[in-house]
Amino acid sequence: MENSTEASKYSLSSRVGRIFKWFITANKKYGAEWWILIAGALIILFVTYMALFPQTLAPYSPLDQNTGPQLMPPGPGHPMGTDNLSRDILSRMIYGSRTILGVAFAAALLSSIIGIPLGLISGFIGGIIDRILSLIMDSVYSFPGLILAIAFAAMLGPGVVNITLAVAVVYVPTYFRLVRGQTLSIKEELYVEAARAIGARRSVILGKYIFPNVIATVVVVFSLNIADAIMTEAALSYIGLGLPAGIPDWGMDLSMGKKFLPSGTWWMITFPGLMIMILALGFTMLGEGLSEILNPRLLER
Amino acid sequence: MKNLLRYIITRIFLTIPMLFFLLTLVFIILRIMPGDPVSAMLGAHAPESVIEQKKEELGLNKPIGAQYIDYLNQLIHFDLGDSMIFKQKVIVPIKEKLPATVELTVFGMLFTLVFGVFLGAYAASKRRTGRDFSIRLYANVVYCIPVYWMGLMLQLVFGVWLGWLPISGRVSPRILVSTFENTGFYTIDTLLSGDLHAFIDVMIHLILPSVTLGIVLSGIFVRLTRANMLDVLRSEYILAARARGIPERRVVYKHALKNAFIPILTMMGLQFALLLAGAILTEMTFSWPGMGRLLMERIYLRDYPTIQGVIVVFALFVSLVSLLVDIIYAIIDPRVKY
Repeated sequence: MENSTEASKYSLSSRVGRIFKWFITANKKYGAEWWILIAGALIILFVTYMALFPQTLAPYSPLDQNTGPQLMPPGPGHPMGTDNLSRDILSRMIYGSRTILGVAFAAALLSSIIGIPLGLISGFIGGIIDRILSLIMDSVYSFPGLILAIAFAAMLGPGVVNITLAVAVVYVPTYFRLVRGQTLSIKEELYVEAARAIGARRSVILGKYIFPNVIATVVVVFSLNIADAIMTEAALSYIGLGLPAGIPDWGMDLSMGKKFLPSGTWWMITFPGLMIMILALGFTMLGEGLSEILNPRLLER
Repeated sequence: MKNLLRYIITRIFLTIPMLFFLLTLVFIILRIMPGDPVSAMLGAHAPESVIEQKKEELGLNKPIGAQYIDYLNQLIHFDLGDSMIFKQKVIVPIKEKLPATVELTVFGMLFTLVFGVFLGAYAASKRRTGRDFSIRLYANVVYCIPVYWMGLMLQLVFGVWLGWLPISGRVSPRILVSTFENTGFYTIDTLLSGDLHAFIDVMIHLILPSVTLGIVLSGIFVRLTRANMLDVLRSEYILAARARGIPERRVVYKHALKNAFIPILTMMGLQFALLLAGAILTEMTFSWPGMGRLLMERIYLRDYPTIQGVIVVFALFVSLVSLLVDIIYAIIDPRVKY
């Protein structure tokens, strides 16, 4: 008898039911922050879908130069109009999501993969290694990130991998500083001392006791960081450092539209910018929502 | 006072290793990445002997270590070196372009401060109302607006559609720049020369770029001011002020805002790097002849010394501002121990 209730408690259907119920009650518990999180998640889901399956949404190929007249304002057949090469802007927006999302995600991942271990080690070991690493990271952190990214991107030359590297370099210190700070404070916790007292190895303490407690904050920062990476990627390709022609990209479309701005071609600049903003907003909202829910102490910010 | 002086000196010495590291990083990036000034200048198909000769002339054939030591040696003597592409000292174009960037940054910052701080304080005083919510929404949305897109949209509306404001440059071509006194800051120059007409023209050119920069950065300041104000408004001296019957507006904008302002000042220092990055993008959008455009131009030419020079100046600029903020902070908040 007792066994069967135990089993049903963990059955799949009741789990789904409980998650669903939690989903509904979370609204009451967290208020507006919950809806911010949901809205952010929905934006990200939608853009991710666009990026993964653009052909199911886009009416034309992003490179197709025979979709209609040049510089046509939004209207029937072209909801966002066409550009100077008579390419369909809507299709370019849909395919362009691929580039920006991919680069931003890969860059954030790369910088966290480098930044987190360095931060853990630096905070845990301390001493001269910590001093040197902190100095390096702080100098990069205090310097305008975009300018560093510009220098890297310009030197590496255009290309998807290169732009990802340029963006990633800028954000390594973000993770380093966060993780190092967290490690420093967690290191002093009683449970870490207890682990040390029972003779746990340093690698075990770091991996099993410190890392899991650091990672929660990293999740929030990761989401906010993708938003920043999106802005940086777009900025780099806007100033012409990002990608070779032939890859649809929002930032590049924006810089193209700039040339036609004096003639009042508003649709060429409005939509790419709007897309960048909405996508960045999605990740910001997700991050903000997560930070409220995971860490109520931040609520006042 | 003596303590303050010691604090300032320590702070200055702390920024030196940071500067040093940044310079080294940039030096290395420039040398290990593909491309060099000689091939950028002569093209890829120049004969080998010409390339070699040019490299020797520029000192590029030396080992990187030797080049680095030469470079540091120059820096110690406060010399940024000579351009590798043009026959000029690196400092020359920087002197010419820096005022443009500073002017843009200062006006952008002013706009952000006034606008952002006021909105934030207002939102805090109307906590949990519709107005508070809309201001918070504004702050969050505006943070995600690419600064160059904001610039383009403002250009479209106020420059192209309405035709009210110029969309590029620092001054109308019909105004002779040579008549200006030579600080490089056009606002100051025009005022010094007493040419009111030119001054107005310069100010009109400043409106769109600085508002662009200001709006985009204001989001952070709205959020920060609001959060600080909420804390301060909860404190007892505010209750006391209210109990004495001081008008609410005075309580909020005088008594509370004064104390909420200290953390905002710190934030200003931290945001300065962001402001500079924004300024570069704004320069691109508004054809503003500043440091950002100089940097981009010289990056394409692989003019190492000038690129390094620009970076040095940016880094100095950032550390100077953060130093200044710390000092002001120490002066206005007697609780700070230094």
